[in-house]
Amino acid sequence: MTFTFTPTDLTILLPEITLLTMACLTLAIDAYLPQNMRNLTYQLAQGTLIGTALLVFATYPQQPTVAMSNMFVSDPMGAVLKIFALLIVAVAFLYSKGYLQDRRMFKGEYFVLGLFATLGMMIMISAHSLLTIYLGLELLSLSLYTMVAMHRDSQSATEAAMKYFVLGAIASGMLLYGMSILYGVTNTLDLTTLAQYLNQPQSDNHTFLLFGLVFVIVGLAFKLGAVPFHMWVPDVYQGAPTAVTLFISSAPKLAAFALLMRLLADGLQALHSDWQSILILLSILSMALGNLVAIAQTNLKRMLAYSTIAHVGYLMLGVLTATKGGYAASMFYVLVYSLMSLGAFGMIILLSRAGFEAENISDFKGLNDRSPWYAFIMSILMLSMAGVPPMLGFWAKLSVLNQLVEAGLVWLAVVAVLFAIIGAFYYLRMVWMMYFEKAQDTSPLQANMDLRVAISANGLVILLLGMAPNMLMTLCLGTLGIG
Amino acid sequence: MTTTLIFYFFAATLIFAAFRVITVRNPVHAALFLVLTFFSSAAIWLLLQAEFLAIALVLVYVGAVMVLFLFVVMMLDINFAPLREGFAKHLPVGLTVGFLILIEMVMVVTHWKGLANPSTVVTTEMSNTKMLGQVLYTVYAYPFEIAAAILLVAMIAAIALTSRLHNRAKYQKPEQQVVVRREDRIRLISMPAEPKD
Repeated sequence: MTFTFTPTDLTILLPEITLLTMACLTLAIDAYLPQNMRNLTYQLAQGTLIGTALLVFATYPQQPTVAMSNMFVSDPMGAVLKIFALLIVAVAFLYSKGYLQDRRMFKGEYFVLGLFATLGMMIMISAHSLLTIYLGLELLSLSLYTMVAMHRDSQSATEAAMKYFVLGAIASGMLLYGMSILYGVTNTLDLTTLAQYLNQPQSDNHTFLLFGLVFVIVGLAFKLGAVPFHMWVPDVYQGAPTAVTLFISSAPKLAAFALLMRLLADGLQALHSDWQSILILLSILSMALGNLVAIAQTNLKRMLAYSTIAHVGYLMLGVLTATKGGYAASMFYVLVYSLMSLGAFGMIILLSRAGFEAENISDFKGLNDRSPWYAFIMSILMLSMAGVPPMLGFWAKLSVLNQLVEAGLVWLAVVAVLFAIIGAFYYLRMVWMMYFEKAQDTSPLQANMDLRVAISANGLVILLLGMAPNMLMTLCLGTLGIG
Repeated sequence: MTTTLIFYFFAATLIFAAFRVITVRNPVHAALFLVLTFFSSAAIWLLLQAEFLAIALVLVYVGAVMVLFLFVVMMLDINFAPLREGFAKHLPVGLTVGFLILIEMVMVVTHWKGLANPSTVVTTEMSNTKMLGQVLYTVYAYPFEIAAAILLVAMIAAIALTSRLHNRAKYQKPEQQVVVRREDRIRLISMPAEPKD
């Protein structure tokens, strides 16, 4: 194995290096801060995220470039996902600040672990080797487990963290086992070499490859929360503090999408006829169970968890076509989904206050009487999630379905539409409650100004981008090399 | 032939021990079976001529981590009654584990040389340790750094989840107790009398 190292490697890695250095610096500074100056940690974290996003933008690659002995790849898709992930984490921090302060959870660890989780996402997004995929995933997961468990006095948070940790560890084990079998057959960890090996005709190894592939997909499905590997999602979303749920449900989904792309599209594209059928099954089950069970929920966080499961099903629809157009549609979907999820959990934080969690669906009853503006924003978010035109969520579903039809999977598109219609029920029920039911809780909203502004912007972005969906879609197509 | 036999022996021991780790009720026994699991996997690594990894596993996991872990298990608030029943009760398990490890060691030491299958193992002049040393900080520098970040996160996590910086213990403040007045503690309110039902 020859080893070459050039200073250009470091330039390509500059955003990751900056993030790691700043995370360590924030950790060191935070240790010496008295509690009344904790705001500085928050500001440092925000500055780091924005600065890193600017760096990614400044080093935006025109074509894929590998670095660090082919273990790191910098490509347009990765850069766009990273910028979105960084900005979404920044917004998530902004939303959580007041919530954490009210609950005596405003500690430096939350932000430092958030930064490390973001680093893990960036490593996953840029991974070009099975090894870095796994390490990035572990860095992300480990930070998330801790963030869930951080509210130690809450029994439900501890229980959620335990479930998340155990199931996450099993998923990592599955993924690693699958990867080890792939390595055993192909004798390489590098994704390009892996793809080259698989492109050669071979029959004797196919069974082993399939065996490995199944484990890899099971691991992926666990991490994505696809049925039947979804059991942790509702418990973790409901049990974790809302600020953490907000974090888990938004940016890590981008990393999970990158994981799918790197493994299935970059590495195992040659096996797509095999993984396509597995993904079809997973996505149908996810759409069905997610949408049906969500109807029966009374807890909003749990309902959104089942809605996540359903959205993961739609997300996989694009990937399973195994075409560049399909990948772009899925990327569009995941970007839109993380924006919507950010807004929806942000609304729960907006309505909560010290000693009160607005986590039940009934807490949103009559929101229009209390605050017509936020009822409007929440309606945008719910209608977008349901896929009602002209919201952004509609275009996301439409582009995925388009790709399915183009790939000749019309029956699957029909099934997806059917479940989307069933799913629309529980989103519209939220809107109905906000406008046509009497408020049970009439106290005024107590959120900070920055949260109010940010969440309004979040809702309006979904509405305005929905008016001009081509902008974001062109971006996604462009990153995958389709003009 | 011999390699295959030895491999299956270790593999079977490994699977048996790993199974026992999760089925025995006593956590100390579980930890001991985990030691056996590590030992068997170390032996399998030796069969693959990965002697550095095998030795590191024995030294680090069996020698350090598991010993610490045993201490932790003993410190935990578990029902100690069955554990305190004496040395004799644990002796059979300890002896079995020790004996198996011993057999494995003897078998490995006497057999592992020359067992390598040339078609599957890359034969080089260098030892496995030297090769690892050459690639660890060069080709694998990037994953190595990520692993370092993971360990840092593990440390942050351990501290964040266990340390209680703010002492919540309740204690008396005598200086405030002596200046307390009746008005601070008792509030008289007049209420209308309730009519009798």
